[in-house]
Amino acid sequence: MSNRVVITGLGVVSPNGVGIPAFRTAIQQGVSGIRFEEQLAALNFSCQIAGKPEVSQEILTAYFNELELKQLTSSGIIYGIIAGLEAWQDAGLSIGDENGDPDWDSGTIFGTGTSGVEKFRESVYKVDEGQVRRLGSSVVPQTMASGVSAYLAGKLGLGNQVTTNSSACTTGAESLLLAYERIKNGQAVRMLAGATSDSSPYIWGGFDALKVCTYKFNATPEKGSRPLSASASGIVPGSGAGALLLESLEAALERGANIYAEVLGGNINAGGQRNGGTMTAPNSKAVQHCITAALANAGVNGADIDLVNGHLTATGKDAEEVMNWSKALGVEGERFPYLNALKSMTGHCLSASGSIELVASALQIKEGFIFPNINCEDLHPEVTALVDPQRIPRTLLHKSINLLAKASFGFGDVNACVILKKYLQS
Amino acid sequence: METSVFIEQIREIVKPYAKNTEALANLNTSTDFINDLKINSANLVDVVLDVEEKYDIVIQNEEMEKMLNVQAALDIVTAKLKEK
Repeated sequence: MSNRVVITGLGVVSPNGVGIPAFRTAIQQGVSGIRFEEQLAALNFSCQIAGKPEVSQEILTAYFNELELKQLTSSGIIYGIIAGLEAWQDAGLSIGDENGDPDWDSGTIFGTGTSGVEKFRESVYKVDEGQVRRLGSSVVPQTMASGVSAYLAGKLGLGNQVTTNSSACTTGAESLLLAYERIKNGQAVRMLAGATSDSSPYIWGGFDALKVCTYKFNATPEKGSRPLSASASGIVPGSGAGALLLESLEAALERGANIYAEVLGGNINAGGQRNGGTMTAPNSKAVQHCITAALANAGVNGADIDLVNGHLTATGKDAEEVMNWSKALGVEGERFPYLNALKSMTGHCLSASGSIELVASALQIKEGFIFPNINCEDLHPEVTALVDPQRIPRTLLHKSINLLAKASFGFGDVNACVILKKYLQS
Repeated sequence: METSVFIEQIREIVKPYAKNTEALANLNTSTDFINDLKINSANLVDVVLDVEEKYDIVIQNEEMEKMLNVQAALDIVTAKLKEK
């Protein structure tokens, strides 16, 4: 049994837009979600700018009941629930009766890097003060890695697989491919794929200490995240969540659902921390292998890809990524596909990045546009050596996209590449 | 403490946890937290913590196990307040 799989719902909580309408406008207009963070400055961070979604009280009260608002302090779970429920509703699905049976055909693979770091911090203080009895009931569900998928499953009444994957910055792309395989293999009819990442100095601190964050743009935050640029000087840490409702084509057609794109295939691999790959750096051979295997899995040629949505984090590694794309796709110069980097507007949303970028990818395919790259007016010479600058648009382009390749890479030397295709609906 | 005063105070405390709004509106000394108010059993520990905070008392494990309805809560709180 092999089902075709399509995307029928999207949800997003991004630093530059919460909810699909706001996010679409932001990415089309090249709006940055990077802001100066008082808290990071007070804590002596080198990088004092970040991408933090602005979730209004109105949205919170629309998605959460009084008890949840009282107890939820885990930003990643809050973002994941908002994005997940938006995707579910965007797909035209209703939320089942609280007293009815679970929906055996629907599940979720909703990833995260860590869960509830703020909640965990509160708990650590209480435990150390001998106040373990004052932790209450909400510590476990918010600090268990699978907290986000567990909360979503409860709200939606999911009865199929409910789990959380974790593979650093590959998490979001991986969640989509795991969900895709489950539907393709006939083990589920629909799966909510997504990933989230907390907004917190306790998440970002480790990256600041690793010296991978830029410290040069504290006074000009919107200029800070500069993928593909010669003046790129490190990531801007971000946060948020993205969610995509995946469904068998058969089920989607049966209920007349709006189809954003077809998931044609993909690949997940690792570089084994060999051949230049390390805990923090990718093995280029493995990256190329991942992309070529994804193309083969989807049954398409590299030269037929219209748009590449890169991982492109705004570090010195961007040129190497472009070289890997060029080799794997077998194209360069004017023949290189259009290329864009969402992180120029959102910063690096870490474990959520792949999902937020896949939401942007699906929107571009469905609506026929290519969002602009910002902060790359000074393209890196090693990038322009391989890609015609016209292929890296800095203004919004309205263009039909048939095939899109999206890749994410993560610490641990792990990779995932997804191939999406336009689905023509009458 | 006056029973009627306690009923009003405990009603405020359990309000976020109670799923049965009708039972919450008709709260009385015989109201059972789990069976009548449909409070999730995991949330009973939160109710106890909120009661402790409200009256500035400490409720022991054995007492907590008995605190399953409004009358039991009233008895425990009254006794703790007398000890103060």
